[in-house]
Amino acid sequence: MSTVTRRKIAERSFFILCASAIVIPLGVLALLLWDVGRDAAPRIDVQFLTSFPSRKAALAGILPAIVGSLYLIVLTAAIALPIGVGAALYLEEYAKKGRLSSLIEINIANLAGVPSIIYGLLGLGVFVRVLGLGRSLLAGALTMALLVLPIVVMVTRESLRTVPGHLREAAWGLGATRWQIVRQIVLPQAFPGILTGAILAVSRAIGETAPLVAVGALTYMTFLPDGIDAPFTVLPIQIFNWVSRPQEAFLVNAAAGIAVLMATMLLLNSVAIYLRNRLQHQTGR
Amino acid sequence: MTLHTDRELNHQLEVLRGRLLRMAGLVETMIDDSVRALMEVNVELARQTIARDHQVNRIEVETDEQCLLIIARWQPVASDLRFVTLALKMVTDLERIGDLAVNICERAIDLAGRPAIWPWDEVQEMTNIARGMVQGSVDAFVKGDAVLAQSVIDQDDVVDDLYVQAFQHVLSTMQEHHEDLPGGIHALSVLKWLERVADHATNLSELVVFMVKGKDIRHMARDPHIAHG
Amino acid sequence: MTAALASQRLPSTKIAVSSVHAWFGSNHVLKDVSLNFPEKSVTAIIGPSGCGKSTLLRSLNRMHELVEGARISGNILLDGKDIYDPGVDPVLLRRRVGMVFQKPNPFPSMTIRENVLSGLKLTGRLEHQSSDDIVRRALRGAALWDEVKDRLHSPGISLSGGQQQRLCIARSLAVRPDVLLMDEPCSALDPIASAKIEDLIHTLSADYTIVIVTHNMQQAARVSNYTAFMLHGELVEFSKTDQLFTAPRDPRTEDYITGKFG
Repeated sequence: MSTVTRRKIAERSFFILCASAIVIPLGVLALLLWDVGRDAAPRIDVQFLTSFPSRKAALAGILPAIVGSLYLIVLTAAIALPIGVGAALYLEEYAKKGRLSSLIEINIANLAGVPSIIYGLLGLGVFVRVLGLGRSLLAGALTMALLVLPIVVMVTRESLRTVPGHLREAAWGLGATRWQIVRQIVLPQAFPGILTGAILAVSRAIGETAPLVAVGALTYMTFLPDGIDAPFTVLPIQIFNWVSRPQEAFLVNAAAGIAVLMATMLLLNSVAIYLRNRLQHQTGR
Repeated sequence: MTLHTDRELNHQLEVLRGRLLRMAGLVETMIDDSVRALMEVNVELARQTIARDHQVNRIEVETDEQCLLIIARWQPVASDLRFVTLALKMVTDLERIGDLAVNICERAIDLAGRPAIWPWDEVQEMTNIARGMVQGSVDAFVKGDAVLAQSVIDQDDVVDDLYVQAFQHVLSTMQEHHEDLPGGIHALSVLKWLERVADHATNLSELVVFMVKGKDIRHMARDPHIAHG
Repeated sequence: MTAALASQRLPSTKIAVSSVHAWFGSNHVLKDVSLNFPEKSVTAIIGPSGCGKSTLLRSLNRMHELVEGARISGNILLDGKDIYDPGVDPVLLRRRVGMVFQKPNPFPSMTIRENVLSGLKLTGRLEHQSSDDIVRRALRGAALWDEVKDRLHSPGISLSGGQQQRLCIARSLAVRPDVLLMDEPCSALDPIASAKIEDLIHTLSADYTIVIVTHNMQQAARVSNYTAFMLHGELVEFSKTDQLFTAPRDPRTEDYITGKFG
């Protein structure tokens, strides 16, 4: 076998290996989704989407869970994004680089990997008990915000770093202050990246179950939350609740719930991705 | 002396220096030989010396072309620039000295066999000094020695005095010996040419001072500082 | 050093640098540098890489101190006032002493017009009534008006490299500085674009004091009235350009400009 042929075979094999690494997991995912979708499709209708849970499977609906998830996401984002972006701005643009700064960076990265139940217990102790917020949306949102904060900070810092140094230099040379540079040059350039951070944060938060249970989210809720101090439930919890029931019909409900969860997540992500693409085009990248 | 980082430039400047030295050597020989041919009535030597002028002219053309090339390609500055512009001017003076030697040789051929009233001592002395001045200029150029160049410049006065002396000598001899007026006139011409050789050698030395010091002393009264280096 | 220059009619000094030392951490990059930059003239700073010329330039508009671990000592007087005086706001200083950089850096998200006005807008000093005049004046000053007057709303980065650099010059001019610092402005440009910038510098020197750092000696010789040669953080020689390039006083200058280094 000549070297050329040997090389060609090696390249081809490597290509096939890489392709499989993508195709196989996606294929499995697609299979699972199809399986869920097949079970869920007949069940999803207006009644399902607008009803409250019930002991009778046929009457059960997912409304409080959807509402709860949406409220929770919006509230979490409203808390986590400003704090996370602000922290990242401070660390990247204002703080002195040194041992302390590196230490903080390492610890933030570590926090991103902490199991989410720990955050749940933390939330229970601090928000629910010490701050007396009870089993409310606010407590849940604060807990989720803590959970996704490291992600937001890390992604924002990365995107701030991608703003080329020579743009900042040009702005310094024109006699701008640090804040003027950050607000008018750096943030606009980094915004697509910051949106990516938001997408990741939302995607993480929307699928969490255990920490919210720890914080006191309800598993059976027959009313809608009426304020940030109200009790709440979320889609993953509702799905889990149905899955643990013995009746076959509830499994179908669970499948439908999963489909709704995935659809919600895809919708939120699509909006964010669309926004990001629009902005990237504008900044000429 | 530190070498240029660009070795091709270094090489070009070395070649240029070599050309100038060769030209100077040829011209010095031509001065000596032309006067010798005159004094010994050696027509063959005169013809050989005239032939040598072709070489001198050829080097002048080559040097001009090479200087142009160096300037176009390397845009030299500071001492390199002064050296190249000096070279361009030096070849003009050297070539003129060669032409003056040719004139003397032609005169030698014309006068062959004729008795002549010549101020031989003065002519010999002027020749020696003039040739020494050319040699001194070239030495000063090679060594970058401004003091030596200045001493050459000083010698021009000596040649001028000798010229005046010899001129008077010939004039009075012509008044006494009417029968050889043409010979006297030829003698005056040769004296003039030797004096011109010394002038050109002085030019060469002034150029060397400019190259070394970066200061143009031509057309100026003698600089009192240069004698002290 | 200044004695030789004193015999000629000198323009007055715009920036006086006096016994300046600069460090990056423990790295001593400027060693006791003193010189006077004449006003409404072009002064070039030349020297091998690492000689401190960029550091010296950046000390003139206090951009040196933006780097972590940077320190400076000595006096730098702009029109007689020390720019390192604690009462001086470096931000305000940089509006009087503008800077053009090696890589043309127009703001990518802005049009040509917006780029020209960006210096004023960034610092909150833009008055909309006069913005058209400002744009025209600045682009004319940078010899760019004729080429872009019909497409002021195209993106700044749609221009060629040389045009982008002139746009950056226009951007600096719009802020109305006294002094323009240029850090190797033509390094990234082709010879024709460079020539246009050099021509522009000639024109600008009638109204602005210009200091240009360049590693291209021929450019320094062409474009400047005065030249400073630096080596290992020290100022070796400062002369009129004509003098320095025909008969430099210091043998180190001679060796550098004739290429006898290394």
